[in-house]
Amino acid sequence: MNVDPFIDPHPNLTPAVLQGLGWLYLVLCAMNLWWTIRVYREDKHVMVPVLNIELPRATFWALYTSALMIVGFMHVSWTNEDYIDRFPLVLEPGGPFQTTIDFVVANPVTYFVISITGTIAVLLFRKFLVKPTVGWILLNAAVLFQALSMTDYDFRQIVGKPDNVPIVALLYLVGGFTWLYFYKAVENDRRLAEWDGEGPVPVLENDENEKVLVWPDLVYSELICMIAITTLLIVWGIVLEAPLEEPASSAKTPNPSKAPWYFLGLQEMLVYYDPWLAGVVFPTMILGGLMAIPYIDFNRIGNGYYVFRQRAFSIITFLVGFITLWVAMIILGTFLRGPNWNIFGIYEYWDVHKLEALNNVMLSELFYLDWFGQFLDMPSYGNDDPLGKQVSMILLRELPGFAVIGIYFVALPPLLAMTCLRTFYQRMGYLRFMVFTQLLLWMAALPLKMVLRWALNLKYLVNIPEYFFNI
Amino acid sequence: MSVGDYIRGSQIWKSIFRHPAPYDRRNRVVVMLTNFFLHLHPVSVKQQGIALSYTWCMGGITFFLFLVEAITGVLLMFYYRPTLEWAYQDILALRDVTTLGIMREIHRWGAHAMVITVWLHMYRVFLTGSYKPPREFNWVVGVLLLVLTLLLSFTGYLLPWDQLAIWAITVGSNMARATPVLGHEGPGFQLLNLGGYDLITSGSDARFLLLGSRFVGEETLNRFYILHCVAIPLAAAGLIAIHFWRIRKDGGISQPL
Repeated sequence: MNVDPFIDPHPNLTPAVLQGLGWLYLVLCAMNLWWTIRVYREDKHVMVPVLNIELPRATFWALYTSALMIVGFMHVSWTNEDYIDRFPLVLEPGGPFQTTIDFVVANPVTYFVISITGTIAVLLFRKFLVKPTVGWILLNAAVLFQALSMTDYDFRQIVGKPDNVPIVALLYLVGGFTWLYFYKAVENDRRLAEWDGEGPVPVLENDENEKVLVWPDLVYSELICMIAITTLLIVWGIVLEAPLEEPASSAKTPNPSKAPWYFLGLQEMLVYYDPWLAGVVFPTMILGGLMAIPYIDFNRIGNGYYVFRQRAFSIITFLVGFITLWVAMIILGTFLRGPNWNIFGIYEYWDVHKLEALNNVMLSELFYLDWFGQFLDMPSYGNDDPLGKQVSMILLRELPGFAVIGIYFVALPPLLAMTCLRTFYQRMGYLRFMVFTQLLLWMAALPLKMVLRWALNLKYLVNIPEYFFNI
Repeated sequence: MSVGDYIRGSQIWKSIFRHPAPYDRRNRVVVMLTNFFLHLHPVSVKQQGIALSYTWCMGGITFFLFLVEAITGVLLMFYYRPTLEWAYQDILALRDVTTLGIMREIHRWGAHAMVITVWLHMYRVFLTGSYKPPREFNWVVGVLLLVLTLLLSFTGYLLPWDQLAIWAITVGSNMARATPVLGHEGPGFQLLNLGGYDLITSGSDARFLLLGSRFVGEETLNRFYILHCVAIPLAAAGLIAIHFWRIRKDGGISQPL
């Protein structure tokens, strides 16, 4: 490995990278020093199996913290270029670890499966995950994973982009706040399960809930918060320069052309739906659906405290919508989508010539050709044919697609009302239930289309290019 | 008498604050009632309503970031000219030579941060069930504010007039071309025609309305500049006022009345 730009234009390690990582390790070390002291104060002991001695739990954290300190100082001091070749903590590009990760994330199927099973796993194992030690280990794992990955040139190119830094922050913030939510919700669930129904709701939030004066209790926290945010913005502004590329030119299209990062979930949807759906109808449904939430959620309990069991359905729906279908899609669009909107691993070079074979088919072709073997002697129509004939030909051709969509949006809601969502229907009434199921079906439409695409290579259910009407 | 007491005893001080410093309980109440900026808050709140681990402080940070964006934005407006000739040059100068050019960095990072804090604020409001009665409508106002935040960020994205800017806006606004009925590549645009002539063309559709042109050009820059600096901030300020007023009227940030 060499850091000479003429020999290797994409060096994995440079003195500056080592320096930066060194400081990151030292920050992590300081955080773990605090944690070690916290564990030490708890004064708990564990038996070491083989040696048969009892040690304070803090011992292990102290060892880990010391290791981090050594690693950190090594990074900070070993910045001489001659040493980089012999640097002992290099994650070699192309190593089995990186290859595995790239293999898993650089595929929309596995990526989506991981994000949905991840969400389900969090819901199922919430009681285990909210243990403070588990949470702390997860945080350490995330930081270490990022630190090790930063030694890779291609990873740095995409994560280190100034405009992408907020998305990395978003990941940590969403993760941290979700953990905090479950931490409180699990405790409140436990308390509510033991509750006999007498007196005020015995949730954490009611433990200390006297009225206090806004001055000084609130105004001072606000002041401190404002100072903290101002400091953060100034430091952020000094450390990272706002991006400024070449002057605008409508002749030079960048590859990939990406929308601002907060719209990349919608841009990702363009892979599965046409612009009129992904760019117009879906955003409208998302916003309308968000506004409708307070009017379709008939559950009056669970206002003013974190809870899971009392509101399981609405919480699960929101978590799937926000984390799996919004944040995970933004991560995919930002970090994994490269030239030609191909999907790339986080350690993979963005090769413009990467080819992915796509043989997408329409439902009408699948239906008439593959399943019936022919186009059923369908007469073709020409441009001179009267409008009525053209339209009826199109309708005949697209009949299977219209049937599927009709069943999905028209027949499913009453079916649901009679079967698994029966209590919902009874408590919501007709109109509320219909709005609710339509929104739910729209939300499910994205993952369903993904599955259809992966399983059948299906491009459109209904394909009427003559009128730009493709679903 | 100390200098502090002398100042607080002066006619000027009293004409501004009209009561002694908030050292005792009575004056801590009075300060909330008489100060214009503080009257946004009630005199006293439930402890949970201000506990950081409960509120995550995200709504407050969003509002503060809105103020930061307004202040840095006004400073940037003194310098920046939204024309094809100058837009890029002015940003270049802000980066390289202008004193306090860091205002652009603060403005941009503050904008990114604001999008994130709005989301996290909504996340908290949902998870605590704070949208439930009597606060249903304030949630709706909040969703509108989310839309305005995203639009503010989106319109501001164009102003540096570099490759990143015009192509992000091109990709984003291409969607409008496919608006059903109203976009010239949307389903059913043929429905609007007069004697066989389409009313919806690339020069009259939803995208043209957004861009002021058939492609992202000088008209777009001007249009987005006005939207970014005047129209959307005014709308947002109005909705923020309603949002805050309703929190007070609905009895705090959460819990049933």
